[in-house]
Amino acid sequence: MSVRVRIWGLHLAVLLGLWALQQVLPPYHANNLARIMVLAVFAMGYNIAFGYTGLLSLGHALFFAAGMYGAGLAVWQLEWAALPALALGLLAGGVAAGLVGLLALRTAGVSFMIVTLMFAQAGYLAILYFGRVTGGDEGFVVEAAGRQLFGADLATDGPRAVASLALFAVAMLANLVLTGSPFGRVMVAMRENEERSRMLGYNPFAVKLVALVISGVYSGIAGAAYGVMFGYVGANFATVQYSILPLLYVLLGGLGTVLGPLLGAVLMFYLVDFASSLTSAYLMVVGVALVVLVLFAPLGVLGTLRERWLKWLP
Amino acid sequence: MAFGPFLLLALMEGMVSAAVLALTAVGLSLVFGVMRVVNVAHGAFFMLGAVTAWYVAKAVPGPAVAGFLAALVVAPLLVAALATLADRLVLRRLHYDPEATIVATIGLLYIVEQAALSLFGPDARPVEAPFTWRLQLPWFGYSGYKIFVVLAAAVILLGVYGFLTRTKAGLVMRATQVDRQTAQAFGIDVDRVYAGVFALGAALAAVAAVLVVPISQAHYKMGADPLLLSFIVVIIGGLGSIRGTLWAALIIGLGDGVISMFFSPTLAKIIATLLVAMVLVFRPQGLFGAKA
Repeated sequence: MSVRVRIWGLHLAVLLGLWALQQVLPPYHANNLARIMVLAVFAMGYNIAFGYTGLLSLGHALFFAAGMYGAGLAVWQLEWAALPALALGLLAGGVAAGLVGLLALRTAGVSFMIVTLMFAQAGYLAILYFGRVTGGDEGFVVEAAGRQLFGADLATDGPRAVASLALFAVAMLANLVLTGSPFGRVMVAMRENEERSRMLGYNPFAVKLVALVISGVYSGIAGAAYGVMFGYVGANFATVQYSILPLLYVLLGGLGTVLGPLLGAVLMFYLVDFASSLTSAYLMVVGVALVVLVLFAPLGVLGTLRERWLKWLP
Repeated sequence: MAFGPFLLLALMEGMVSAAVLALTAVGLSLVFGVMRVVNVAHGAFFMLGAVTAWYVAKAVPGPAVAGFLAALVVAPLLVAALATLADRLVLRRLHYDPEATIVATIGLLYIVEQAALSLFGPDARPVEAPFTWRLQLPWFGYSGYKIFVVLAAAVILLGVYGFLTRTKAGLVMRATQVDRQTAQAFGIDVDRVYAGVFALGAALAAVAAVLVVPISQAHYKMGADPLLLSFIVVIIGGLGSIRGTLWAALIIGLGDGVISMFFSPTLAKIIATLLVAMVLVFRPQGLFGAKA
């Protein structure tokens, strides 16, 4: 079996498995699965920046929130329909990432982390400051009129399941194509050795900027979809915690793997779900998970698997 | 109140926040300068200092002064011990890799914050000031304790400065900051220096918190603002430069006091965070640092 067949077979099997799960799971877990898949799209975007290109950002909440508010405000203030609103969210995520990247990519390493963190913090504070337009701390509900896509309300169980799976499938396949493409290889080259890549004639700034914009587009559409599918937009989604979340998913699932973000999101979601049934201290779980991961499995589950056995895993 | 006295009041309030900020930020700056570790859990250490102060003040009988003085000793020691433990168990094993340590200290922040929430509870709790003397100015009365905070912070900072510049241990720390490998080649136990610096940085945050807690109450989320402001101060002062940090703390503290009295505090924070981002992008050596 050629590697190509193996790769596509595995990923299509995962999609099929997700679809099958949606058919058999009770509504509570099916809804969790929809949430997980949307968050996994966000984490996939994060992974494109962090896992593949080596850009450790602490400001992705800004791109997620840009998408969410881009779509949400279009529905709330301008009474747009769902489809153009979602498109606007996707665009907003990309534009936000591009603007941040133009400045932040002049720095690297720790400075890059702090600069992205500060931009995201400024974005969060701006949402609070312009509370009259954005709904401030309380946020706002995305009305039913703005959730209609092809005659179905996206915030109801059936259509939400279909929409989340469709979004996830497109995002995952695009990610697969991207990592197999020449540009995907250059991204990894930037992570592994920036100087050598520069010597080979690639422009590090341009490559990183494009990677960050793609990452922002993923985050933006995830944020927009989250807002529309669950019918609520709030400043909470712009806090630092939503920058940490995709980092956690990627670290857990596997750095620089296509399926890692999904695996990380599933594991973390149910770990937190399980922990909060025992204690209210779920943040403790997140904290311990972060520390244990960087200490013992810095490559994550799939990253470690790939290093040991599955060398072909994209 | 006329504009003059009003400005004076704003400046005095600014001095208090500058003093507390300087203590906290110098701790952060020291850790970054020597270890190249961005300690996101610094605010959590600050909060832990305040919470400890509350427990100590409650446990020690007699006048408020006794509890306060006890807290001033116990809180930094306890927090320093915890920091040493974190250094041994986590940071050292990561070989102080800058990016891995940020992720790890974020985890640490969550753990400490959640522990405080579970044990200490979600309420803000006051600690009694050690004395209630007031300075009566012609226009307004001013808390004597706040003036004491400024003086105490100044004394402690002078002590830290003396320690760094006049003692052997300080010399060893500075040598490690300048060149870790050469220091090691000269027989300096770099691991011990790192443990000491991390503990000292945490202890400074704890002291700052003990000083501020009679003014602002202990709360499990109180570390967020000092962390953000310390970051701002350390970056504007130039990463790792103690003198720059002190100047920046003075300016930001006074600026924060004045701006939040005349404008919206949220707007002040937005401007400050954007300023930090711009400084890092266009002047990475800080506003006061020499060009590297």
